[in-house]
Amino acid sequence: MDAIILQILNGLDKGSAYALIALGLTLIFGTLGVVNFAHGALFMVGAFVAVTVQKLFNLSFLTVDETRTDFLGNPLKVETPYVEAWFGENAGNWLQDWSVPLAIIVVIPVMFFLGFVMERGLIKHFYKRPHADQILVTFGLAIVIGEIVRVFYGSNPIQTPSPAAFVGTVDVGRWLGFEANTIAYPMWRMVYFAFSAIIIGGVFAFLQFTTFGMVVRAGMADRETVGLLGIDIDKRFTFMFGLAAAVAGMAGVMYAPILSPHYNIGMDFLVLSFVVVVVGGMGSLPGAVLAGFILGILQSFASMNEVKALIPGIDQIIIYLVAIIILLTRPRGLMGRKGVMEE
Amino acid sequence: MLGLNSRDFKLFIIVCIMALVAPIILNPFPTDSALGQSFNAGYPALMQRFVIFGILAIGFNILFGLTGYLSFGHAAFLGVGSYAAVWMFKLLSYNVVPAILLSVIVAGVFAVVIGYVSLRRSGIYFSILTLAFAQMSYQLAYSVLTPLTNGETGLQVYNGDPQILMSAGDPKTPHLFGITMNGQSQIDLGGWSFVFQNGYYLSALFLIASFYLSIRIFRSPMGLMLRAIKSNQTRMSYVGLNTKPYMLAAFVISGMYAGLAGGLLAAMDPLTGAERMFWTASGEIVIMSILGGVGTLIGPVLGAGLIKYLENIISKINESVLQQWFAFMPDWLEGSLVTILEPFVGKGWHLTLGLLFMAVVIFLPGGLVQGGQKIMNLFGRNKKSDAKRRADAPAE
Repeated sequence: MDAIILQILNGLDKGSAYALIALGLTLIFGTLGVVNFAHGALFMVGAFVAVTVQKLFNLSFLTVDETRTDFLGNPLKVETPYVEAWFGENAGNWLQDWSVPLAIIVVIPVMFFLGFVMERGLIKHFYKRPHADQILVTFGLAIVIGEIVRVFYGSNPIQTPSPAAFVGTVDVGRWLGFEANTIAYPMWRMVYFAFSAIIIGGVFAFLQFTTFGMVVRAGMADRETVGLLGIDIDKRFTFMFGLAAAVAGMAGVMYAPILSPHYNIGMDFLVLSFVVVVVGGMGSLPGAVLAGFILGILQSFASMNEVKALIPGIDQIIIYLVAIIILLTRPRGLMGRKGVMEE
Repeated sequence: MLGLNSRDFKLFIIVCIMALVAPIILNPFPTDSALGQSFNAGYPALMQRFVIFGILAIGFNILFGLTGYLSFGHAAFLGVGSYAAVWMFKLLSYNVVPAILLSVIVAGVFAVVIGYVSLRRSGIYFSILTLAFAQMSYQLAYSVLTPLTNGETGLQVYNGDPQILMSAGDPKTPHLFGITMNGQSQIDLGGWSFVFQNGYYLSALFLIASFYLSIRIFRSPMGLMLRAIKSNQTRMSYVGLNTKPYMLAAFVISGMYAGLAGGLLAAMDPLTGAERMFWTASGEIVIMSILGGVGTLIGPVLGAGLIKYLENIISKINESVLQQWFAFMPDWLEGSLVTILEPFVGKGWHLTLGLLFMAVVIFLPGGLVQGGQKIMNLFGRNKKSDAKRRADAPAE
């Protein structure tokens, strides 16, 4: 029992990353009808915003302290981060420690801007072209974004630690009435899950309870009629593209402590996220979220030793296998709507 | 001639001649000159890649160009073909005939299975399904199937392998009834030296045969049927035609082409690894075909050649080479040019490739072939016949 709960928990954090990316993909697809292969790159850019913020807070200058000497007898050189010099030692340390959560504040405008530029500058011109062209141009864009990041940050993964307060594990087993230390779970992953739950809830609430969201939903259902009613639906859809980019960016920022970012993580996540979207049903937001969590949990179950002993190699292919079975038995995915993407 | 109309025949002859004299025309500069070091492409290892990836792209074009079904998992067939060929080397002998035969057959069987399942869906779903299958093959080759694929080490021939058909005098490298693949003869003419390699010529013959077959398919009733499916599959179904067998046939043929390419890759260098099946490899096949001009006969071959050529020369360029090139300029200009260009060369080759690919998709959906036609029209040459040709073959 405790092993099963542990696997469910393990699946949750991966599942929440899949769900967040898939949510953004579905938002873009549902509103603009574009298949965005560059969405994984946006996730990656988010992770590198976290890296950048951490680096900025750790930028420091050298001063020579004449009163002390190092082990060679020379005057000691002291590195002082700028943030410590400006805001005092305590505040500076706090800023460095909390740089990953603070990066969220930075990432939202950055990603909105990036999404806006992408949509207005490039994707706008591809609405009338076949889906294959959209896939190809965004695939090219994903390569370009990844390579640009590589030019600036190199190709090695960059460690980005979480705040000290969230290092270590929580003993989930104790809460559920098991013995101590049976289910220990890294604290940052709990935070990640809670964070993504908030974001997903926020996006749904935004679509459900605001006028803006209502118009967007109407536009998703029938774009032409909304246009005829005198609403500039294009502008709102552009905003939704920015929102989807911001969601992917935030997912990336918070994932940086779990998996050290390198320029290719976007691609790794993208392939899986597409599978998630297709399993959930193209164009269905709840489907994307549901499928994200289901596939995340299934994946962690498949990597249990007992299961691996039964069917060797299942942990490597479970997601693709599930996708193939779902697509063949329920061609529209778990919650797909009729008439979406059926040529 | 040969069942081709005169225009196709002309194209075919051009491809034949290009393939056969490539070792000469790809070496326009003397071997030891600076230009020759940077830009000559007439050495066997690179020319082999030109023709083998050309075969791959021709096969991909039969699927995507004719039917419009975008497969994002084509590298799986290439990988499977390579594995099959290396296994033939391990079990039978270094003769390439059984190896290439088996690689085509295995890839074909593989394509029947994957195609049967994937073709039940179309559009983006088809792309994702093929991608999922290819990724699955890749992951399996790395993990459970290690006894078959030798995992991360990659499959290769060891001394202890049975090789039951091997007789005492046989060469220890892949050969065609005694003619070794890496055997070559070199002709020196002044500063130039031309290398003619057996392996290259075997691949070139396969390229010519593949190209001929693809012309025949393009001009056959089946090719017409596939184009009809591309333009409106629903209508085809409504007029009472079962499109499935045609699609499956196209998919399997295209998979067999990829298997042939995989077998040839293994025949040139008898080792293989799972990374040949990774989805970036599939992406590269897509890029080649699009860049050259998808749906045209010659486009994919051009695209494959161009990409492999650029990859080769651009990866070789580094900062000092750039400095050498711009040495004649004033220092400040040289410095800034080198700084600007540096990210795009050497390791930055993929950045250049990505930008080039995007530019082609945005501005030239018909690829280089369309670009060539546009330039021809610009100069007003053959305006009449060009217009007539376009009217004849709208799909090109």
